[in-house]
Amino acid sequence: MLWSSPLIAVALTFALGAAVFAAMGQPPLAALHALFVSPLTDMNGVAELLLKASPLCLIALGLAVGFRSNIWNIGAEGQMYIGAVFATGLAIHFQARWGGWMLPAMILAGIAGGLAWAAIVAALRAHLHASEILVSLMLTYVAALIVKYLVFGPWQDPAANNFPFTVSFEDNALFSPLMNYVAALEGTRLNTSLLLTLAAIPLTWVFMKLSFTGFQLRVAGDAPAAARYAGHSEKRAIWIALLISGAAAGLAGVTEVAGPIGQLNDRWTPGYGFTAIIVAALGRLHPVGIAVAALLMALLYIGGETAQVALQLPRAISYVFQGLLLMALLACEVLVHFRVQWTATTRSSQAA
Amino acid sequence: MDRYDPLIASGIAAAIPLVYAALGELVAERAGVLNLGVEGMMLVGALAAFATVAVGGGLTLALGAAMLAGVAAALAFAVLTLTLQANQVAAGLALTILGTGVSAFLGRGYVGFRAPATFEDLPIPGLSGLPVIGPLFSLNLLGYAAIAMLALTSWFLFRTRAGLALRAVGESPAVAHALGLRVTRIRYAAVLFGGAMAGVAGCYYAVAQFKMWQEGLTAGNGWIALALVVFAAWRPWRTALGALLFGGVTGFGLYLQAAGVHVSPFLLGSLPYLATIAALVAVSASPQLLRRHAPASLGRPFFAGD
Repeated sequence: MLWSSPLIAVALTFALGAAVFAAMGQPPLAALHALFVSPLTDMNGVAELLLKASPLCLIALGLAVGFRSNIWNIGAEGQMYIGAVFATGLAIHFQARWGGWMLPAMILAGIAGGLAWAAIVAALRAHLHASEILVSLMLTYVAALIVKYLVFGPWQDPAANNFPFTVSFEDNALFSPLMNYVAALEGTRLNTSLLLTLAAIPLTWVFMKLSFTGFQLRVAGDAPAAARYAGHSEKRAIWIALLISGAAAGLAGVTEVAGPIGQLNDRWTPGYGFTAIIVAALGRLHPVGIAVAALLMALLYIGGETAQVALQLPRAISYVFQGLLLMALLACEVLVHFRVQWTATTRSSQAA
Repeated sequence: MDRYDPLIASGIAAAIPLVYAALGELVAERAGVLNLGVEGMMLVGALAAFATVAVGGGLTLALGAAMLAGVAAALAFAVLTLTLQANQVAAGLALTILGTGVSAFLGRGYVGFRAPATFEDLPIPGLSGLPVIGPLFSLNLLGYAAIAMLALTSWFLFRTRAGLALRAVGESPAVAHALGLRVTRIRYAAVLFGGAMAGVAGCYYAVAQFKMWQEGLTAGNGWIALALVVFAAWRPWRTALGALLFGGVTGFGLYLQAAGVHVSPFLLGSLPYLATIAALVAVSASPQLLRRHAPASLGRPFFAGD
């Protein structure tokens, strides 16, 4: 049941989605096919899927480490913003001078940005006991406003006619396109940042499964009393969980601004940081499960964009599907924790 | 009229929906249920209210529709967490994501219109002209009702048997169950009340304060309401105090802007969120204090078969 419940949840979501389409007067199967199958029929579609799945997977891997130890960082979105801000700050000021060192410096800066934003949460949670859920979320709103301030203010491209975006990044501040190396990917937007995500999957597995710190984090989540009794520091667990998820989110921010976006603007993310929470839950906090779940959620995004173009539906449809999916998943959890037994109801008339 | 009146008035206007949302959440948490879906419930409530007035329904109908929408959203959460025993944190997040998505999806046709019917201020002659506290006497109907709701909730929780039962369920569901209280039923009622109140808050944003609909209209205020409950140490009247404080911070930002102070509106906009963090830290710094006030079984599922 542990692994079949996500599958049941996905099936349930698509069934609900079909019902929604039917209610809206669209033929349900044709609509589902248009949204979720036809975008994947060519190489470009598959590449777009991977392009969206990559940041989702990266963030969710980091979040899963925290969720394992019962630390609910739900502000990955904000940590991703600040990661992007740090990397952008370097890029727009130094890209003309730093040459080949530009991108590595941006990656480090992005990670540092995510770390810094998550460190605020960790400090307030570990030492002042403030709820990490509320603090990380509040900081996401603050981070979004900081991005707005920068792109409408000091970092605005002078040639942008007051549109809210920075100058475009030069080639040395961008991940290089994979099509330069693989001919089959000609014309796609995939870039080398995908390799970072692919490396992070086994790394996370090794960390959680084989390292002692990973073990401590798992104990802290599964049996907090045992963790305290064994002398594991709760504060340390909080710091590690938040720093890892912050770093991952910051890195994801860099892969976006130095990847498909190529600049910082005020609407560069479709909420990857929030969706990654669902990815982590759907993937059962396991690295491989998360990779699969990230592909599925990326498919929901692509379906949403297709719906916008093909069926004139608003993009919010992908959030509807995401919410439904998480709800269905939680409903199916009951099958993991309990065994459903169908019993005949004993009626009082029988007893009488 | 002195020059601070607009500041106080805008502070109070910002505080009222927070009072409703925080009161609803407070009752749910007093029964031991942590519902992080306030933002989502507020958004569906806001859209329901706006859509009702947009198609020509009156304000009473709009308020009813908003409460109904909030209750429906809360019901989904209650079924997940109380009947199916799902994790309350995750279910609350799911509710917020779903509420945000559904309201954005269904509300696309209403963006850009002004609400044709709105709750207008009803100044009390004489009192509304008073200095400093004058704005308290020129609220709209929902504003006055918020004060009544505060008194009512406080009376219910601490002066009635049903309120005692609700608090018992939040402190120790096992004991409450042994005493013959219907734990799950009481929790359902508390969560649904929270949904109704979040709906009223949404209604306030859509047809009293902003008088319009747009995606994410509530701008994180549902989360601020959640923080307010902690800040108020689960006491109804203190939520009002906290809400006024937060409203004051919002009003202060607007006031600075109006006074021509040269600060980016985006940075001023972050003040309420930073104030929320500061308030949370202030009350959480002493864990003993927090533990003494928080309902003992907050966030823990109860299963009668245990």
